Amino acid sequence: MLEIKNLHAVIDGNEVLKGLNLKVNAGEIHAIMGPNGSGKSSLASVLAGREEFEVTDGDVTYKGQDLLDMDPEIRARDGVFMAFQYPVEIPGVSNISFLKTAVNEVREHQKLEPLSARDFLKRTREMQELVQFDSALANRSLNEGFSGGEKKRNEIFQMAMLDPTLAILDETDSGLDIDALRIVADGVNKLHSKDKAFIIITHYQRLLDYIVPDFVHVLNDGQIVRSGDKNLALELEEKGYDWLKKEPVTS
Amino acid sequence: MRTENEIIDDFTTREYEHGFVTDIDMDILPPGLNEEVVAFISAKKEEPEWLLEWRMKGYQAFLKSKMPEWQNFKAPDVDFQGISYYAAPKDQPKYDSLDEVDPELLRTYERLGIPLEEQKLLAGVAVDAVFDSVSIATTYKEELGKLGIIFCSMSEAVKNHPELVRKYLGTVVPYSDNIYASLNSAVFSDGSFVYIPEGVRCPMELSTYFRINAQNTGQFERTLIIAEKDSYVSYLEGCTAPQRDENQLHAAVVELVAMEGAEIKYSTVQNWFPGDEEGKGGIYNFVTKRGICKGDRSKISWTQVETGSSITWKYPSVILKGDDSVGEFYSVAVTKGKQIADTGTKINHIGKNTKSRIISKGISAGYSNNSYRGLVQIGKGAHKARNFTQCDSLLIGNRCGAHTFPYIESRNKTAMLEHEATTSKIGEDQIFYLNQRGIDPEKAVALIVNGYAKEVLSKLPMEFAVEAKKLLALTLEGSVG
Repeated sequence: MLEIKNLHAVIDGNEVLKGLNLKVNAGEIHAIMGPNGSGKSSLASVLAGREEFEVTDGDVTYKGQDLLDMDPEIRARDGVFMAFQYPVEIPGVSNISFLKTAVNEVREHQKLEPLSARDFLKRTREMQELVQFDSALANRSLNEGFSGGEKKRNEIFQMAMLDPTLAILDETDSGLDIDALRIVADGVNKLHSKDKAFIIITHYQRLLDYIVPDFVHVLNDGQIVRSGDKNLALELEEKGYDWLKKEPVTS
Repeated sequence: MRTENEIIDDFTTREYEHGFVTDIDMDILPPGLNEEVVAFISAKKEEPEWLLEWRMKGYQAFLKSKMPEWQNFKAPDVDFQGISYYAAPKDQPKYDSLDEVDPELLRTYERLGIPLEEQKLLAGVAVDAVFDSVSIATTYKEELGKLGIIFCSMSEAVKNHPELVRKYLGTVVPYSDNIYASLNSAVFSDGSFVYIPEGVRCPMELSTYFRINAQNTGQFERTLIIAEKDSYVSYLEGCTAPQRDENQLHAAVVELVAMEGAEIKYSTVQNWFPGDEEGKGGIYNFVTKRGICKGDRSKISWTQVETGSSITWKYPSVILKGDDSVGEFYSVAVTKGKQIADTGTKINHIGKNTKSRIISKGISAGYSNNSYRGLVQIGKGAHKARNFTQCDSLLIGNRCGAHTFPYIESRNKTAMLEHEATTSKIGEDQIFYLNQRGIDPEKAVALIVNGYAKEVLSKLPMEFAVEAKKLLALTLEGSVG
């Protein structure tokens, strides 16, 4: 589904990705871990198409297309979803009307009729239940005055509504208490299917207690320095990241 | 300089009127402004003498007035002698079919979702019998007439209800108010007149739209709305479709009078030609709008969505004379390109327990400058008067400007005034967030802006609000990136 080859990216003159390789197949859950500043969030941003990042080398193929050649909204309509580390607030725009616009943009791209108000509300209710999202929040302005945890849960609710093929969760677990963490993880597990892939970026192992990844990758200095299964995460939890930094790069 | 009386005498005794009669078929008066022009307009409209005298006073006041200098932009040099002050109402359709109309204009109509028959009306195309604006107007007029409501053009009002016009004309905006109001008093072409009798609640939104024929009244309209005791009226000004007016100066005057317990709601969606990208052309929208809450417990609210004109310079105001009267001002002003807006309101609290609420939302893009200017005056007798002001500015890009000039003059210690102001920028982050959800940049900006202006848009009558939202999106198209 997704293949990243030798990806190099620069922001503000600093190279943040330095030849990253990664292959993600449908149905897989990949966890990406690594110390602060290793390039985890940069990877998410480049995949979502944030303009400030300049790709200087490498290729990204998504469903057989050149992902880097697509505008951010086209990527989104084609099933790439990013749960933001810091979701923005948009005052006055109701969560629901925003989602309706977004859902119908995606549907239009898929050559589907827009959802009727009734079907949309039905879907909204189902998804709210699925990811345990408070309906009062759904009717408020987009993220305005939401707590950190509420914002993160809104990201998962949006993900449920938009039903992406590839979901990238950028440190969704940061700043969440244990209950919120469980709800978020629960949502991801429910939405996971054999057609969908997840890239879960996290600094800590604890999210992986609830979401079991097929692969764990460790990112350091803009490259993946180690890949393994879920046991790698436990190993990291025990030893920290320093022991990996000292090892020579193998790719 | 001659005195007022001398001039008026001159005009009422001279023989020029007959001289003008032969010219009465002409459609447009040659450019220029002098006493003869004023007299010509009055004669052409067969006005009573008192109105001619009043126009002459306006003209004299105009001659004595100076251009204001306090505004936050360089006032353009308007060549008052270069303007033609009278053009006969155009009875003839401009075009025979839509094919002859500027395609760009039609595209805009289409995107605003205006039905085809309406597009024809707006563009000035002859309409068939299916949708005859005249008959529609007549139907409504009959219905309103049963309630005793008068809704007609100012010219008709002068002819049919001279006592009402004479009683109220210039009582809220005197002919000497400011240079543009004086000019308007001297040369006003037409406008709307509304009278709501005591205890009557006007059953429909009154709009100039229903008087399509009088739409091309030109640059100097004069509107007068009188709401008698315990009556209610909602008035919509202009239409949301772009009026590609070739005229430069638009100097209208609007006067509102609300008696005891009456309420007047006045909504404007203004979308005149803003000039090209270089800032050439466009309308100077210099309008004087003022209402008086004359009676106790009366209420006046102004709601405006200003997106067009090269310069918008106006301060719809309320004089709160009656005790417990309420004044409101809700405004969204959008500027882009090289547009300028210097707009806001003036609320004059005179009566006890008077309340006012000001919500102003400025949106600037491109190289434009957007100023909010507001004055809240609390008079000595305005015990326990209250004002709440909120003015927010939203910037798109980093070459535009937003300015806020709030003034407060309070002469009563029991008054309570609150003022809040914010400035924010549409962030790349906000746009990217929406992009990441499949929404393109244009739509993203439209969503953000509509959210920002929601509090004001919600004050507009529903159909108007829908079109205003589309208009905001359309106006800001191409402002990002």
